[in-house]
Amino acid sequence: MGSIRFENTGKIYGDAKTGFKALDGVSLEISDKEFVAIVGPSGCGKTTCLRMVAGFESVSSGKVLVNDKAVTAPGADRAVVFQQFALFPWKTVRQNIEFGLRNKGIAKAERDHLVANALKLMTLESHGDAYPHQLSGGMQQRVAIARAYVLDPSVLLMDEPFGALDAQTRVVMQEELVRLARVNPRTVLFITHGVEEAVYLADRVAIMTRRPGTIKEVIDVKSIRTQENWDSYEKIEDVMDLESFVHLRTRIWKSLREEKIAAAT
Amino acid sequence: MQHKLSFMETVVYGLIGLAVFLGIWYALPATGLVPQQFLPGPATVVERMTVLATQPFAGATLPAHIGYSFVRFMSGFLLAALIGIPLGLIMGWFRIVDEIVAPIFDGLRFIAPIAWVPFAALWFGTGVGGPIMIIFAGAFPPCVINAYRGAKQVDPQLIEAAEMLGTGHLRMMKDILLPASVPSIVAGLRVAAGLGWQSLVGAELIVASTGVGFMMVQAQANVATSTVMSGMVAIGIVGLVIDMLLRRGEAAIRRRRGLAE
Repeated sequence: MGSIRFENTGKIYGDAKTGFKALDGVSLEISDKEFVAIVGPSGCGKTTCLRMVAGFESVSSGKVLVNDKAVTAPGADRAVVFQQFALFPWKTVRQNIEFGLRNKGIAKAERDHLVANALKLMTLESHGDAYPHQLSGGMQQRVAIARAYVLDPSVLLMDEPFGALDAQTRVVMQEELVRLARVNPRTVLFITHGVEEAVYLADRVAIMTRRPGTIKEVIDVKSIRTQENWDSYEKIEDVMDLESFVHLRTRIWKSLREEKIAAAT
Repeated sequence: MQHKLSFMETVVYGLIGLAVFLGIWYALPATGLVPQQFLPGPATVVERMTVLATQPFAGATLPAHIGYSFVRFMSGFLLAALIGIPLGLIMGWFRIVDEIVAPIFDGLRFIAPIAWVPFAALWFGTGVGGPIMIIFAGAFPPCVINAYRGAKQVDPQLIEAAEMLGTGHLRMMKDILLPASVPSIVAGLRVAAGLGWQSLVGAELIVASTGVGFMMVQAQANVATSTVMSGMVAIGIVGLVIDMLLRRGEAAIRRRRGLAE
């Protein structure tokens, strides 16, 4: 079970009156097992939203609730996948994945079992004893996803997880994530500036305004995905060719563009 | 831009430096510019060292004196590392400990290790505790400072990653701050070893009845300059070996992490 709720959430860096206003009254509800992507112009505060759910940053006004409880500090119930992977370089792949399980005090036999499953899930079986620096960027991000998934968190927070990957690897990872979401559905908050990525992955796409950011509109993708049966296509490019996909993408694109133009003038 | 030197070039340039140094050292007493008694030449010192290797002076042979010194050094050095590194990490993690400890520590670390000699003599006499205390005074600050700096410079994202994985304070220091700070800590250990080894000989001049420093001060009383010089050469060589070992350790750690040398 995992839900996230932003209730009129605001964030100001520095003094309440003179400080830097990053977020202004964000309201958004993500229900259990729902995949929501937030897109927005750069600097709109979308990453700040995620960091407040993770407990890395405090809330200046309003509330951020996970499972109806206000977030006070980071915790293993809210696993984060970072853009820059943030793997522990002195630990092997296996040790990285095992790290959170050890914090939970899970016995060795059970840990080994869970880590083996996570390695298999992310097709990392043959890399368990490698160090992060020996792996490609895509592989490292697989490890980071496995490290988050293995904890069985109530929500999964992904901060532009494929932003640091090359185009081909990114596509593979996007397909992988869709597969993962089918096998093992989670509540996911996904931050991205890629509109196509958001439409391809998410059940709903929340569009943010320019700074100080707030939610401009939320677009339902899931109903169209099921209606048009996107999931029957194996390849991402086949989905992206569909008229229904293009239509949604263009709609979000235009909405974002208005914000970018407004920000520039 | 300077080009990177090959291994052979490094060796050759090193040998040139050594040859010039030995040449001057040899020439000064040999030409009579400096009397033999004031500055024994390298040959005299080597000859004296071979004698000291088997014949006791001031109660023991040179290797035995070095052995005594080395055991003391290791005791003080390890004690400094075992207390200093955890303290530095704790200061780096808990802001409040930092605020409490920093002013005292910053004042104390400017007191030269040798300044503790009167107290070392008073508290421990010529027993084993005195020299260890002096080495500790020399080696402790670099251990604390470098562990502290290392902990402060850990990539904040790694700390966040550990936090979201539910890591507690103890494990944060042991499994994140400590390994992330290893390069800084090893650099600190090298400085600590240097300062500790230097301080030790100073300490032994006064508060010991064995060790290289003690041997040297006894030799000085007999105006046996070649024996004093033998001690100096031994100190230099042992110091070099200690530093080389620590450097090897550092390089091995960096290689394992995939960092450039």
